[in-house]
Amino acid sequence: MTSSHSSAAAEDIEGAALAWGVEQGVWTLRLGPAWAGAAFDDAALPAALAAAGCVRIDGHALGRWDAGLAAALWMLHERLRQRGLQVELSGLPAGLGELLVLAQAGEAAREPAAAVRPALGHALHEGRLTIAFFGEVLIALARWLGGAARVRGGDVLQQLDQTGPRSAPIVLLSCALVGVMLAYMAGAQLERIGAQGFLAGVVTVGMVRELAGLMTGVILSGRVGAAFAAQLATMRAGEEIDALRVLGVDPVAHLVLPRLLALLLMAPALLAFGALAGIAAGAVPATLVYGIGASEYLQQSLRALTAAHLWIGLVKGLLYAALVALAGCREGLHAGRSAEAVGRATTAAVVKALVWIVTAACATTVAFTAIGF
Amino acid sequence: MQPPLMQVQGLAVAAGGQIVQQGLDFELRRGEVLVVVGPSGCGKSTLLRHLVGLEQPAAGRVLFDGQDLHRGAEAPRAALRRRFGVMFQAGALWSSMTLGENLMLPLRLFTALDAGECERRARFKLALVGLDGCFGLLPAQLSGGMRKRAALARALALDPELLMLDEPGSGLDPLNAARLDELVLHLRQYLGTTVVMVTHEIASVFAVADRALFLDPQERRMTAIGSPQELLAHGPAAVRAFLGRAAAT
Repeated sequence: MTSSHSSAAAEDIEGAALAWGVEQGVWTLRLGPAWAGAAFDDAALPAALAAAGCVRIDGHALGRWDAGLAAALWMLHERLRQRGLQVELSGLPAGLGELLVLAQAGEAAREPAAAVRPALGHALHEGRLTIAFFGEVLIALARWLGGAARVRGGDVLQQLDQTGPRSAPIVLLSCALVGVMLAYMAGAQLERIGAQGFLAGVVTVGMVRELAGLMTGVILSGRVGAAFAAQLATMRAGEEIDALRVLGVDPVAHLVLPRLLALLLMAPALLAFGALAGIAAGAVPATLVYGIGASEYLQQSLRALTAAHLWIGLVKGLLYAALVALAGCREGLHAGRSAEAVGRATTAAVVKALVWIVTAACATTVAFTAIGF
Repeated sequence: MQPPLMQVQGLAVAAGGQIVQQGLDFELRRGEVLVVVGPSGCGKSTLLRHLVGLEQPAAGRVLFDGQDLHRGAEAPRAALRRRFGVMFQAGALWSSMTLGENLMLPLRLFTALDAGECERRARFKLALVGLDGCFGLLPAQLSGGMRKRAALARALALDPELLMLDEPGSGLDPLNAARLDELVLHLRQYLGTTVVMVTHEIASVFAVADRALFLDPQERRMTAIGSPQELLAHGPAAVRAFLGRAAAT
């Protein structure tokens, strides 16, 4: 790039990329045939330009041009305008000037910037939405129990089919593997103090009271919570939920309750199968590695298992299942109205469900221990 | 003279936290077809969502038969909304249900009709829009034009006094779009339904509208309301340019 601050109307531009000069009293930027749209250097702007008020871009010497060069020229034009200069285009090749005028005309229709909520404000807003949603679900549940709202049995059955049988294999597999890990880890520690006799009890109580519910919740959040969010977000994007609201149909009663009820109905069965799979799988290392007989393992398991463990395991499992359903439905119902929003809602549903489950697991463990269970 | 069916008073509507239209004042006369028209992004569909009570206005109010659509207890407002039939831009048919179930759901929920009568009425409404053989089909099995017509049939399920149509002709070929226009005119003629239609299809405006309401995206307000011919001849310059250019194409 060359720069000249002198009156250089007749300066030869041949071979130069661009050159500044004053022609007939007007600051002029002449573009030479060598200018290929290179980045414009602010430092190279003549100091006197700021007071000029008007700049002419002269493209007489510009040779061939393409879309890249047009874009670069538009950028240059915009930057000069941003410095408060009026820009006059002259001598541009046929079509190029018209293209730039078209690009400037589009500016008036620029969309207003979307309001950006600060992070804390966003978190508070999300929290309020979640609390309001929980309230809506409780009201819908109360109305259903009181006979004021209807839940279609067919919808519940359909959701039972989606959530139960299709989740069972992966719940069984995951719980079995956790049972094996638990038996290995507990066995190694108990063996050091010669207390292998407690191994079956540790595995049984651990699976029934904590891990079967936790693993079932985690599996359901990925498999079912994500599906709930995707289904409802797709309905929202397609205005299907608006169509319900216009009719005066409560989307929470119509869409959320069947899903919530299906998960609550299916959770005890999944929990029971998961716990049994974990206990049974734990018997393998107990027998093969730590030398505990199968019948002894069974007897120890039964001795360790009390009604309190069963109830606590059931309560926790039901709580996790409810949280999974609520996270999925909450994200789906509050999703945006685009295809991209469906993906975002699905991801958010899984993340929220996992965070809520782990938080609930910790809180309930502490609470039950504190009250002597 | 009958009172207007709907009154819009000082309405301001927002989308994404931004006011897109404000100071809207107009009345909807019983039995008329009012078309809301304007360039893309001017807030036509947003206005419609406010008129059906799906969004809370930033200011002003909408009265339907003298009752406020946005304030007061939910149950009476829901009952008011059931006097509308709404056809959404994308159809919004419930995708997990057949067309028959889509039409029968509102009948089952909000009328005392038995299952047989619900089915008869649903089949009749589908026949009105030329889909009498599609009762058991899912929305995914239909073409775009058929889905639009099915959505119109569902909007008619509860015999609404007011039909709200959001871009009914968008995505349709000219023949199907014209057929939908004819259908709207027939509904008005035979059922006496009042219609509010949002569209940017100028052919539809001249084909069906008793009055057209023009929304300006720059000024964010209604700049004209009147018969399309009147607006084309004597409306503000921007309206004449919009209607004239679109009519010419």
